[in-house]
Amino acid sequence: MEETVSTAQATQPVKSGAAGAAIFPGSDSRKFNYFEPKGRKATHYEDVTVDVQPDPERYLLQDWIISFPDGTPTYSKTWTKALSSDWHKFRAVDQEWERTHYQRQSTICGMVQGVIENARKSGAPKRFDKAWVKVLQDHLGAYKHAEFGLGTSMMQAQRYGYTQMINTAILTNSSYKMRFAQDLTIYLAEIGLDVEGFDTGAGKKHWLEDPIWQGVRKSTESIMGATDYLEQYLATNFVFEPLVGELFRSGFIMQMAAGQNDFATPAVVAAAEADYERNLANSVELFHILTTDKQHAAHNTALFNGWMKKHAELAAAAANGLQPLWSQPRVKVFSFADAQAQAKNRLESICSEVGLAVP
Amino acid sequence: MAASLTLNKITSQKGISIGEAANRVADLGWTPSYVQEAMTFPTDYKISRVPRDPMKQVLRSYFPMQEEKDNRVYGALDAALRGDMFRNVEPRWIEWMKLFLAIIPFPEISAARSMAMVGRLAPGEELRTGFTMQMVDELRHSTIQMNLKKWYMENYIDPAGFDITEAAFGKCYASTIGRQFAEGFLTGDAITAANIYLTVVAETAFTNTLFVAMPSEAARNGDYALPTVFLSVQSDESRHIGNGHSLLMAMIHDPSNHDLLERDLKYAFWQNHAIVDAAIGTFVEYGTTNRDKTKESYAELWHRWIYEDYYRTYMLPLEKYGVKIHHDDVAAAWDRIVKKDYVHLTAQFFAVGWPVNFWRIEAQTEKDFEWFEHKYPGWYAKFGEFWKWYAKLSKPGETNILFNGDVGYVYPHRCWSCMVPCLIREDFVCDEVDGKMYTYCSEGCRWTHKVAFGGEYKGRPTPAMGRFSGRREWEDCYHGWDLADAIKDLGFVRSDGKTLVPQPHLRFDTKDMWTLDHVRGHTLGSPLRGFRALKAGAERDAAVAEYRKGFTINPVH
Repeated sequence: MEETVSTAQATQPVKSGAAGAAIFPGSDSRKFNYFEPKGRKATHYEDVTVDVQPDPERYLLQDWIISFPDGTPTYSKTWTKALSSDWHKFRAVDQEWERTHYQRQSTICGMVQGVIENARKSGAPKRFDKAWVKVLQDHLGAYKHAEFGLGTSMMQAQRYGYTQMINTAILTNSSYKMRFAQDLTIYLAEIGLDVEGFDTGAGKKHWLEDPIWQGVRKSTESIMGATDYLEQYLATNFVFEPLVGELFRSGFIMQMAAGQNDFATPAVVAAAEADYERNLANSVELFHILTTDKQHAAHNTALFNGWMKKHAELAAAAANGLQPLWSQPRVKVFSFADAQAQAKNRLESICSEVGLAVP
Repeated sequence: MAASLTLNKITSQKGISIGEAANRVADLGWTPSYVQEAMTFPTDYKISRVPRDPMKQVLRSYFPMQEEKDNRVYGALDAALRGDMFRNVEPRWIEWMKLFLAIIPFPEISAARSMAMVGRLAPGEELRTGFTMQMVDELRHSTIQMNLKKWYMENYIDPAGFDITEAAFGKCYASTIGRQFAEGFLTGDAITAANIYLTVVAETAFTNTLFVAMPSEAARNGDYALPTVFLSVQSDESRHIGNGHSLLMAMIHDPSNHDLLERDLKYAFWQNHAIVDAAIGTFVEYGTTNRDKTKESYAELWHRWIYEDYYRTYMLPLEKYGVKIHHDDVAAAWDRIVKKDYVHLTAQFFAVGWPVNFWRIEAQTEKDFEWFEHKYPGWYAKFGEFWKWYAKLSKPGETNILFNGDVGYVYPHRCWSCMVPCLIREDFVCDEVDGKMYTYCSEGCRWTHKVAFGGEYKGRPTPAMGRFSGRREWEDCYHGWDLADAIKDLGFVRSDGKTLVPQPHLRFDTKDMWTLDHVRGHTLGSPLRGFRALKAGAERDAAVAEYRKGFTINPVH
């Protein structure tokens, strides 16, 4: 067969630019062949992600060609204290690339908008319990700033990772946090149109001044101020999220809302819980690789345990600070102790998956 | 029946305006008081004013808009396949996409990373929302372009070169030039890199030639996919241009920033010109088979997009703030394109170096000659013989043009700054930096390395400014290597272990294809090593004078 094609071409040059129009060495090489897929075949995510950020240890012949004034190159392994025998091993569990990211984000935007529109059309915000409206105004309004802080923190962190896979996972995590912070902002502004006297500026005031929120703010600012990007990523998903984020979102807002005639807020907040499941899966995968690294497992485990301890202390103080919130709604359906027990379970299960000590 | 009844009217309810939503979103930030954010990417600039976000967009409208844009792109790719695009596509064009698409996803993702660098610098939070969207946009651009490349690999007649794309990006001399462009976005002074170099110059000026002019040429060559993807990419750029301009305006009122602004506008313009015009000029002029004399040449496109659009309507108005604009460089860049044959010399160099490329380049033909002569009078006398040589030496068994002494081509020095070789011979300069001798393609590039990338500027310390590093002369990496061994090390060999990925023609028959054996027996060398070995004074001066005289291509016999 190959012989025939070859003879035919000798008299008549190939006219088509389509695959299969001629057979010659390399004409069937239709897969990216410079990386090892995680599974049997490369996924679409791997094809568009792996090795886009190069590495002198792989193919970067001429090394990085611009450096910072102290000689640090464009990307450096020294930007985290964690060590790895293969930074390129990690693949994001959620396999996100641009198309899947926009599809998911856009779906959430549509869902949230639909919920809000329907709730407002049916006059629901006017029927929210009055005490609950104040909770939303002051405390959900305060919490949105924590989400924003973590989003900007991860926007910073996505500059530092040693591979494209790590940085993209952190980037999409940042994007989810930013969207949720804005979801809450716009949601509160919209229900504020329907509820007389609703003060959309109150949330920020509580965030900055209310003693209930100062622990959360300190915990958030500690993550934002961390200079190790993996510390930021770990502290967000392994510590802040279970001990403070989920505690407030699931253990308070979502549990309490229905009892206060509010069916809208849980749907808006639920999107963040689904985001977190994906971000958690990605971070568990990354840190598990590092805590089981064939050369650096002990070093990494000790390092991460230190970060866990530091941030868990802050997060525990933050959570305790929030306790008075559970007594504010008129109808009480879920106690702070129950919520905190769930948070601790979550933390324990994360630690056991990654091989870290429960702080 | 009420004729004016619409779904919108039935479902509409009072909401908050986009402007109000944007204002509320901008109020999400605060000044930390428990723990300060570390300024890990410092700048020597002062930013005293709060920059404003001119776009007033929120993520709730952003994500659905982008998804819609994606749906159009991916739908068009499916339609192109159903319409059998590749049967009619011009391989001459698609081959250059192996180089272009090997380069461009890294600059894109570098732009995403660079948003981290400006995110913390600007006071206020308004623009941070703009930076967030740009960060996600750049992930979009990088992966949508990787997807396009995968699609070409799966459907184009010769996938070799696409299949090794990111490995080739790391190894090829040409993609390193693109990397200089990208690393400039995210290394060194945060404002120099992420604001002036990336958004003010690269995105505002040069994406127009990259993402608007080039796709038009793609369409003329039967490639409808590239315009679909890149015009969609370009539609995000207006937001990025807004981000860049807004941050620039927050700094321009402070006269203490003016020296640095003048330095960076000059450096960024010159380097963008040197890199982007070399590459895109070659793709547009030499990667096409369309020789319609009424279409704009790259020089004409440049005049429209860079001179009129950027220089006259964007840069010149900055003078009213007291910033001195580098008019001479704009004129010099124009002269390099229209009088000094910059693009033609670059295409010639790519062709000479074909054995170490990872794409095919075919010879220009009579039809091409006619068009070039029409658009660039005098072209044939300078380049006609060369391309005839190239066609003649495209058959395996001939001595390849890189080492064929009969041709008369003299291998150039490499510019230490833009990394394009020193192709305009009369502009060649050399200088010492920190006690070492370097070669440059132009005075602008010499200034960039020696002055702009120094530890001080006009007597003022610039501790945040980056430095040039790495093995910047590609030829040095293979100094003393046999050409065949270098190609093997580069990985530019097809799956049979002997046929080269690059070929100096578009013939798809095995018997016409060059193998390692056809190129063995020639030794690569570093021009810079030779130059540095010259004695300072008369010996070196004579070498410089000789280089500046240039060379003459011998008639084809």
